[in-house]
Amino acid sequence: QKLAAKPNPAFVVMDKQTSFKDASTYNNYYEFGTDKADPARNAGTLKTRPWTLAIEGEVKKPMTLDLDSLMKLAPLEERVYRLRCVEGWSMVVPWVGYSLSELIKKAEPTGDAKYVEFVTLADKAQMPGLGSPVLKWPYVEGLRMDEAMHPLTLLTVGMYGEVLPNQNGAPVRIVVPWKYGFKSAKSIVKVRFTKEQPKTAWNLAAASEYGFYSNVNPEVDHPRWSQASERRIGEDGLFAKKRKTLMFNGYNEVASLYTGMDLRKLF
Amino acid sequence: MATSLSSLNPAQLRRLKVVLFIVATLPFLRLVVYTINDWLGANPVEFITRNTGDWTLYFLCITLAVTPLRRLTGWNWLIRLRRMIGLFAFFYAALHFMTFLWFDHFFDVAEMLKDVVKRPFITVGFTAFVLLIPLAATSTNAMIKRLGGKRWQWLHRLIYLVAPLGILHYWWMKAGKNDFSQPILFGLIVAALLLARVYWRFGQRAAARSPAAG
Repeated sequence: QKLAAKPNPAFVVMDKQTSFKDASTYNNYYEFGTDKADPARNAGTLKTRPWTLAIEGEVKKPMTLDLDSLMKLAPLEERVYRLRCVEGWSMVVPWVGYSLSELIKKAEPTGDAKYVEFVTLADKAQMPGLGSPVLKWPYVEGLRMDEAMHPLTLLTVGMYGEVLPNQNGAPVRIVVPWKYGFKSAKSIVKVRFTKEQPKTAWNLAAASEYGFYSNVNPEVDHPRWSQASERRIGEDGLFAKKRKTLMFNGYNEVASLYTGMDLRKLF
Repeated sequence: MATSLSSLNPAQLRRLKVVLFIVATLPFLRLVVYTINDWLGANPVEFITRNTGDWTLYFLCITLAVTPLRRLTGWNWLIRLRRMIGLFAFFYAALHFMTFLWFDHFFDVAEMLKDVVKRPFITVGFTAFVLLIPLAATSTNAMIKRLGGKRWQWLHRLIYLVAPLGILHYWWMKAGKNDFSQPILFGLIVAALLLARVYWRFGQRAAARSPAAG
């Protein structure tokens, strides 16, 4: 299903784009199974319409939006972002959406809103992976308020000029390109503004391996593998050397969000 | 002519070995065919690494299953297949290690060793692989003679260490996915195979010492 969107040249990286086939068949989406091929196989059961997104917590205007009003809230843009997975591979994906800040402004957060929490759908009838105890369901992710307001943070409804495939987090997800992929919550049903730092799914599962911030950082290794380099899916094949991972995945404009923070401790 | 499974003549054993060899080579041939045809999916290195790791564990389990199976069935010829099965475990472990050395580190041995020291899950996997090398190297009849049966047997008991280390390596790898169902299954299988040995060695001896029930 086609989705009209104007490319926004301010947010287009020049790297070669990953093929749609790779981007839609090599996924981590544990609600549909832990194997990379599982989501594409199993996500057909996800019902993306009707869909509602609840905005709640520390806001002056809590609201519930259906998909159509969400899509019309701001003009849709196409942005080409690098995506770096914590597992050491990367892709380049043309997303469709608009800055999350547009939505946040509409909700008018109160002064107490320090963090934003994203809650993924958790419906056993639609998601076979929920039967497994690999993570605490529903999947929760979160950002600090200034991270969420950063123009790079994209409320995403499509990719490759079409609505999102189910396995990529349809009908609405977040994309935070300077953080490891798991920070970008999929199939969101709730956006909650909070005083306290959200208890995020991977951080709960293994705090020593997955920090709340999880900024892409070649200098801070995962306890079980190096993060200094990455394999670009579809490009860096069997015999190609891996490429160097860039600080903040190459999005240096976010560095000012973290001045004065020890990113080795707050990884 | 009625063939009985409890004994095989030399010709039958030879044929069985040829079949076993072909079957055990199939996973490797599959990888070759998949590589040539570009069927390895979006991340070929990951595919090969996982696949060769899986087959190493399968062959380690089968190797360890030979003795219990032989005791339970009385098929003594099973022991004649064990060397080949064990060597295939080494073969797939070597492919697994080569994938790591070649496609992950491009033969930068210094970098590779840094990884081995720094990351426990690699340390454990690497140790298991290194421990397999003397077993493969002493698998010939000549080596058995040179070492003498007793010493050879002691050396080859290293397999009791290698298999749990291999599973620990897999366990820590899967910890990232928080998905332990597979390592638990492997762990149970190997535990059962090792405990069977403990039982036969000590449990039965104790039973023999106690007076027979009358």
